[in-house]
Amino acid sequence: MITPEEIVETLTMITQQNLDVRTVTMGLSLSACADSNIETMARKVYDRVTWAAESLVPVAEQIEREFGIPIVNKRISVTPIAELAAATQAHDVSPLATALDRAAAEVGVDFLGGFSALVHKGSGDGDRRLIESIPGALAQTDRVCASVNVATTRAGINMDAVFQMAQTIQATAEATADRNSIGCAKLVVFANMVEDNPFMAGAVHGSGEPDEVINVGISGPGAVRAVLASMPPDADLTAIAEAIKMTSFKITRVGELVAREAAKRLGVAMGIVDLSLAPTPAEGDSVADIIEAMGVGRCGGPGTTAALALLNDAVKKGGAMGTSSVGGLSGAFIPVSEDQGMIRAVESGALSMEKLEAMTSVCSVGLDMIAVPGDTTVETIAGIIADECAIGVVNSKTTAVRLIPAIGRAVGDRLAFGGLLGEAPVMNVNQWAGTDFARRGGRFPAPLQSLRN
Amino acid sequence: MKTPAVLSVLGSDCVGIVAAVSGALAEAHANIEDIRQTIIGGIFSMTMLVTVDEDATTFEELQKRLAEIGDTMNLQITLQREDVFRFMHRI
Repeated sequence: MITPEEIVETLTMITQQNLDVRTVTMGLSLSACADSNIETMARKVYDRVTWAAESLVPVAEQIEREFGIPIVNKRISVTPIAELAAATQAHDVSPLATALDRAAAEVGVDFLGGFSALVHKGSGDGDRRLIESIPGALAQTDRVCASVNVATTRAGINMDAVFQMAQTIQATAEATADRNSIGCAKLVVFANMVEDNPFMAGAVHGSGEPDEVINVGISGPGAVRAVLASMPPDADLTAIAEAIKMTSFKITRVGELVAREAAKRLGVAMGIVDLSLAPTPAEGDSVADIIEAMGVGRCGGPGTTAALALLNDAVKKGGAMGTSSVGGLSGAFIPVSEDQGMIRAVESGALSMEKLEAMTSVCSVGLDMIAVPGDTTVETIAGIIADECAIGVVNSKTTAVRLIPAIGRAVGDRLAFGGLLGEAPVMNVNQWAGTDFARRGGRFPAPLQSLRN
Repeated sequence: MKTPAVLSVLGSDCVGIVAAVSGALAEAHANIEDIRQTIIGGIFSMTMLVTVDEDATTFEELQKRLAEIGDTMNLQITLQREDVFRFMHRI
């Protein structure tokens, strides 16, 4: 028998603490759409997505109503488009992006991920053409997201790809300079990319997946913060870890239920539940606020990395009890523009790029949604990507970089994207990257997996 | 199809809340399995466990009727499938 207290707790988590399912993402294989003619292939891609995902949004909305759980985003991830690009000789493969954009609009999803390539060991011809098409593709589309994997623990870091991606980020910023460089908010560079991530901008549908699958990303920083805020000020960190675990379990169970129902009603396989705490610009729905509720004076101050590590670990432990299908990125996100507490911390001088980099070594996923001055050099961006890749590769975890060069802006300015992407304060970047390291290229060898100190 | 659900009502106390809600449930052939109700500081709070007979009235239709009562009487009424609570609070 469910008790009234349990009912009230659930309703409070939903109505006052922003508990929601962040995304129901349908993964779709586009392998059967390959065609040597790019226009024919674009038509096949459009038809495939609109047919397979036709019921995604209505079904998700029906689940929202029946269960009383908000599902904030309905999204689609597709086969990395570089695999399709290889089938055609077309130099510009952005027609595939525009077809995906139209299909996403037709079925009513807000983002579609998969304009992507995996080049951690080397680039094929299709990969190269896809990467070259990214700035134009992101400038021409609203809903398509691009991602490129440039490193893995097994292969090392493809430093040529790192430099090419730094150039691509800068070109994308310039191509969308009239819209606050929003193209870069839809472009992420990965180390150890996962193939079942439901979150944007890095969602792709990997080659090891079934033709269609439902992946769910949970959320709930607000619920975790509220639990910590209700604890006595002298509660020790063991008690805090325990409280986070219990809350994470409950949040994950909601995700598990939604994933099962969505898969059943859509008649497709259930994939994974991603145990990530994903902040939103809503006040209180903040990972930085959790760190501060744990007692760190301001996010970014000494103690932040330890607090975040404890949070990340407790979320996984609680979540792993809640579902047998843990997957995706599964960790706390720290996107600066999407988290009011992070923005406050940056603007008060407590949180720097270097501290964010340290934080990425203990959580998911990387330097995320960070605006940098528009005159940041390609070599500097490449150095930042290489550093982040090194953290991921050496520690066998996913890391990523989603930087937004703010064309014509300087430190202290703000880029407003609106909606879930929030508002990014332009951050100071270390000016000592030099010009040689990033341009050396080559393959950064895979790290030794023993002698781990 | 019989669907177990949790109905919760929250708002300022006034005459006829229980009558209006239980009347709507009876009309929809939804059975009340359990009911708990309190008033704290003038705030009316009621939770019910109900079984919705979806062959008689669909879940969405019942939600709509309850929402109308909520609007008329200035109450927050939510009807959610019981699975949510079972999943969150039971191992």
